[in-house]
Amino acid sequence: MKLNAKIPPGPLKDKWTYYKDHAKLVNPANRKKLDVIVVGTGLAGSSIAASLAEMGYHVTSFCFQDSARRAHSVAAQGGVNAAKNYKNDGDSTYRMFYDTIKGGDFRSREANVYRLAECSAQLIDQAVAQGVPFGREYGGYLNNRSFGGVQVSRTFYARGQTGQQLLLGAYQALMRQVAAKTVSLFTRHEMLDVVLVDGKARGIIVRNLDTGEIERHTAHAVILASGGFGKIYYLSTLAMGCNASAIWRAHKKGAFMACPSWTQVHPTSLPQSGSYQSKLTLMSESLRNDGRIWVPLKANESRKPNDIPEEERDYYLERRYPAFGNLAPRDISSRAAKERIDAGFGVGPQQNAVYLDFSKAIQEQGKQKIKEKYGNLFDMYHKITATDAYTEPMMISPAAHFSMGGLWVDYELMTTIPGLFALGEANFADHGANRLGANSLLQACVDGYFVAPYTVSNYLSGEIKEPRLSVERQEFVDAEVVVRAHLSKLVSIKGSKTADHYHKTLGKLLYDYCGLSRSKEGLLKAIKGIRELRSDFYQNLKVSGDEDEMNGELEKAGRVSDYLEVAELMCQDALTREESCGAHFREEYQTPEGEALRNDEKFCFVSVWQYQGEGKDEILIPEPLKFENVELAVRSYK
Amino acid sequence: MKIYLKIWRQNDAGSPGKMVDYTLDNVILNMSFLEMMDTLNEQLVLAGDRPVEFDHDCREGICGQCGMMINGRAHGPVAHLTTCQLHMREFKDGDTIYIEPFRGKGFPIKRDLRVDRSAFDRIIMAGGFVSVNTGQAPEANGIPISHEDAESAFDSAACIGCGACVATCKNSSAALFTSAKIAHLAKLPQGEIESRKRALAMVQQMDDEQFGHCTNTEACEVECPQSISVLNIARMNWEYTLSKVLRNT
Repeated sequence: MKLNAKIPPGPLKDKWTYYKDHAKLVNPANRKKLDVIVVGTGLAGSSIAASLAEMGYHVTSFCFQDSARRAHSVAAQGGVNAAKNYKNDGDSTYRMFYDTIKGGDFRSREANVYRLAECSAQLIDQAVAQGVPFGREYGGYLNNRSFGGVQVSRTFYARGQTGQQLLLGAYQALMRQVAAKTVSLFTRHEMLDVVLVDGKARGIIVRNLDTGEIERHTAHAVILASGGFGKIYYLSTLAMGCNASAIWRAHKKGAFMACPSWTQVHPTSLPQSGSYQSKLTLMSESLRNDGRIWVPLKANESRKPNDIPEEERDYYLERRYPAFGNLAPRDISSRAAKERIDAGFGVGPQQNAVYLDFSKAIQEQGKQKIKEKYGNLFDMYHKITATDAYTEPMMISPAAHFSMGGLWVDYELMTTIPGLFALGEANFADHGANRLGANSLLQACVDGYFVAPYTVSNYLSGEIKEPRLSVERQEFVDAEVVVRAHLSKLVSIKGSKTADHYHKTLGKLLYDYCGLSRSKEGLLKAIKGIRELRSDFYQNLKVSGDEDEMNGELEKAGRVSDYLEVAELMCQDALTREESCGAHFREEYQTPEGEALRNDEKFCFVSVWQYQGEGKDEILIPEPLKFENVELAVRSYK
Repeated sequence: MKIYLKIWRQNDAGSPGKMVDYTLDNVILNMSFLEMMDTLNEQLVLAGDRPVEFDHDCREGICGQCGMMINGRAHGPVAHLTTCQLHMREFKDGDTIYIEPFRGKGFPIKRDLRVDRSAFDRIIMAGGFVSVNTGQAPEANGIPISHEDAESAFDSAACIGCGACVATCKNSSAALFTSAKIAHLAKLPQGEIESRKRALAMVQQMDDEQFGHCTNTEACEVECPQSISVLNIARMNWEYTLSKVLRNT
């Protein structure tokens, strides 16, 4: 199959305008005849559901949490980017576009990234109108700060809870539509399959997590806004329920996956303290505005941090990357931390952390100022570690975070299945091989508020004559049979190991061989290990309870069964990309100084994968990336 | 350390529930409370028993999904903390811990420690939003908002909707939750315009959901993970009374 990204013609800065000017419209009288399913109620899901409902479409929205307000977007702390140039420090749409393209190591589409930067200003307007209490200057105007990988202040924030506040705005817009009966909301429902009729996405199969009941829902288009799958590593900064099931099952139905191996490892997570641990907590990257990162100069240092004199500390980010220092991008900072930890300079009981030190900032600005900026993050750190970071440095460590890969989508955010869209972290589109801080909330919001309302309408304009389908159609019956058979299989194995056991084992394999650094040898070992683990899973899994009732263990088992397949494709993807870029660091491809060595001649493409059936190797279809507006440069932050 | 647990088990809203005893060896001080529950569930599953159902997701204290009564207190013995951020270092070897679901007429039990908090969503549906359509908002700096107002609105907006306020209140009142949203939006120019209508509708919905009246004991503020102030309730009462008075004059 030939991929068509459907990039509009014309100069870069006019492409989105061109698209909007030429997109087909649906008459308001016809919109009410058209149904759209939205899976997920995070920023992308809530915003597109509310937007389409306001336009007059009938929307059905699903989430697996007990309330639409609890999607994972709620946990993002630091902020959201927008090229407003309020600080008069030289920011512009082009600069934001360039920073994002460069930050992603020149592995994303120019047109998509430019649109992201272009719509960013509008998002701040939208959020403020919804009542999001962003930080303000004393004169009443919006305040902002810097994030990693850029030299301007373009990050807007609501203390350390920006994700929560943006999500509440989107959730409230959604609930307004639920009250108006333009959205039907199904909480505690998990999507288990997408249903195709005549090759187009026309519905989904879901499981009611309260009753175990399997339900069929039909629509004229299906939008997946189901988030990322960084939880595949088990220990990650993601919420416990984050999973790959919705996009993976769509992939098995024909939607292509793109760059699954690009998972961002965030540099400022709390370190792992024991094997019982279920997740790693993220400390916002914004802390690096004032915190200085260091390790002791001496390996295996046993002194407490405050007892180590200044001259015996190695501020390794400032040393290696003087231009960006502690605000070096996430992939660079994470790898630099790993390098120091692996070399024996790690701190903490497990020697797996580095220090993030605020003493200088407190000395210069006063404790009160630091408290005002990051107070809740310091409180959170105290709650988890029982340590006061105002008096001694925080301990931080890299942890799996954001999936840059996901379902392949064209410029319209449509997958290779007509009528099936993927928004936000569920798609691969805007971040390339590494996501710049504070662009995640932005992409989810921009996709849902500003892009998909046009592109979904454009698609639906061709579906006006399509009738509402009956859920009794054979395609729905068949899909339900497959879903039920899989659930029964998981319950009937009755082995001796829990789903968590497999998830933890898989996570360790991925951290070791497909994490911060990868090698051919390690990836081959991982693929072999994953295959063995998958086979063991289907022989020895133990799920208590039944499929036709509330059953948290069965939910986990279903997600792990998908992870066991996604993981193999991740490793396959990493294996074929014989270069280092962004989050993907292949040990064989590095400069003598240990920096990533890209290969633009051979790998300036998006790796797109087509499913071939159970047990068969997937086919790689490269989508070449054309750069007409930027020059591919070595990504240096020195 | 060794911990003795007494956990509320209940199959569904219509079935009787009871406290069931469990013992857990090798609990580690640095474990979070929910990781202790994971360990228990692992033990139960391997023994062929049904694990304890409980709600949780982000485990960072922000999503609001977790929540249980621990030794009679919402989210456990530490003030202003979610259950997911409670750590076993707050307990000692040999302790017996009583674990029950959040209770309240507006929060029917689903199974074990899971409760149905959808009443909160319906309260938001009644008016907990700014009536603005998406896509065409005016320039954000067009309406300046003072630093103090934005900070104060944030203090109210920080509510995570966990329901601890309801669970800890003798009247199972949802006044803190409802008032936090009313105050958040009333403090900002964008939400102020419809604040009176909003107060009437949200209070009405809160009553319809069978939450009780505020007791004025301020227990809700003590247990709230986000330290939402009871002053929000005063603001809600002011908005409500004002709208009643204005409507009747």
